[in-house]
Amino acid sequence: MSTTKTIAEATYEIASMLEALPDWEERFSAIMSMGKGLAPYPEEFRRDDFLIKGCQAQVWLFPRLVDGRIHFEADSDALIVKGLVAIVVQIMQDRTPQEILAAPKDIPEQLGLAQHLSQNRASGLSSMLKQIRLYAVALSMRTPS
Amino acid sequence: MHLTQPSAPLLDIAAIRTEFPILQRMVHGNKPLVYLDNAATTQKPTVVIDSISEFYRQHNANAHRAGHVLGAEVTSMYERAREVVAESIGARADEVVFTRGTTESLNLLATSIGARLGPRLAEGNIVLTEMEHHANIVPWQMLRERSGVEIRVIPLTDDGALDMGRASQLIDASTLVVSCVQVSNTLGTENDVSTLCQWAHAVGAISIVDAAQSVSSMAIDVQQIGCDALVFSGHKVYGPMGIGCAFIRRELLSDLPPYQGGGSMITNVSFDKTTYADGPMRFEAGTPNIEGAVGLCTALQWRNALDLRDVQSYKKMLTDELVAGLRLRSGVHVHGAHHGHSGIVSFSIDGVHPQDVGIMLDTHGVAVRTGHHCTMPLMKRIAPQGTVRVSAAVYTSHDEIAQFFHALDRVMKVLL
Repeated sequence: MSTTKTIAEATYEIASMLEALPDWEERFSAIMSMGKGLAPYPEEFRRDDFLIKGCQAQVWLFPRLVDGRIHFEADSDALIVKGLVAIVVQIMQDRTPQEILAAPKDIPEQLGLAQHLSQNRASGLSSMLKQIRLYAVALSMRTPS
Repeated sequence: MHLTQPSAPLLDIAAIRTEFPILQRMVHGNKPLVYLDNAATTQKPTVVIDSISEFYRQHNANAHRAGHVLGAEVTSMYERAREVVAESIGARADEVVFTRGTTESLNLLATSIGARLGPRLAEGNIVLTEMEHHANIVPWQMLRERSGVEIRVIPLTDDGALDMGRASQLIDASTLVVSCVQVSNTLGTENDVSTLCQWAHAVGAISIVDAAQSVSSMAIDVQQIGCDALVFSGHKVYGPMGIGCAFIRRELLSDLPPYQGGGSMITNVSFDKTTYADGPMRFEAGTPNIEGAVGLCTALQWRNALDLRDVQSYKKMLTDELVAGLRLRSGVHVHGAHHGHSGIVSFSIDGVHPQDVGIMLDTHGVAVRTGHHCTMPLMKRIAPQGTVRVSAAVYTSHDEIAQFFHALDRVMKVLL
């Protein structure tokens, strides 16, 4: 599997799509639609050890290493958060641990979401990205650098 | 508090609103702010904001230390604030300790009462309720870890009231402390704290009332309630953040050891022995939050100038409007059935996560709180995902309630 867009390109693409929408009601509707596009989450991984801490809603994130790249499965019991995790997964999907670790730290700001999610901390966008980096660190031990 | 004739007009809400500059704010570009998160914190009237600014422009100095003119002014402002707090709750000034807020007040009480009770804790129990805020649970659990004291919990009935029958059984001869919230921050239920205090006293226990949510609209009289201690935060009664108080009845206060050590709380310090100050100062180590006390003083004076009976009738009207409107909508469940005049209403929508409701309401300029409201044990029972909580204040208008419902209908359309 190969990803054609860089993390920066994928982030920019989503940010532009959101920015083009007239208001935040529309943006959150679009975010929720992205959540609906997530592949069904494997029930066997709906376990507490795959829950992300620091979110008001429950967010499950399960990584697996496929040919040196990390493939994520994700889900949430809240629609907007599910959309946010879908965005994060779309940006980070099927990349090498090294690519993920080299990604900019201000993706929420680049997406234009940091300022607007008044519940940034609760909505857990930064917790999701942090967890993805932690998985990348753990999985990088298993891949040749 | 001024007297009003029976025929006097009710509160002039439009006039009150002009006193709160933030209510003029637009959010998300062009949407008027509809602030319905008053149980988290109330907004501040201009007089409070100005009193803080005036403090720094004209008076700033440390209290109880300096011999110069500013020091004298500030000391008298700080002690005047203590008197105003005392007058507002029927206490004496030397029974009022300034703290950072309800949470610190409860930590102070749990720590100092715990130290005073000492070995008795291992044989005794502390009675709380199922609807307590974490601030009235965790400090007692920390005391339990140190002492082995038993914690008993008065359960709720299904409609969100305290089960007083169970309460009367749980409070017994081994009870050392009964600590209970006056108005639930999650359900809006008003508890009969005065009966609980009577029961506590009948068995020789110390009674504590958490008045964080009641102080903004209820006349509070610690003599009438009959409590040994009562705590609240300034920021929930139109005052600044970071200031609050603990009323501690004189006999108890003089019997309790200090909470924190430092400057101000001593009469004499040597490396061999230190003697502690009498009265509330014993619990106020270090430079206090003087600007906060000044702001709280102004906020309470502002509150006291309102007729609190009118405030309560008005808030009862708003509460009823919220409950009735929510019950009209299918799939919406209102938690609890004893909202009284609290202005606090928690609800859930079938199949919808409360956080989605909160974020989407915010896009319409409507500010509410979602989640567990720092009452996780209660949430576990009534709504494990949390709830949406709307909370009105004296400046909330009928028009804002209508805007909330308009926004809620749009949000439900998008989410369902």
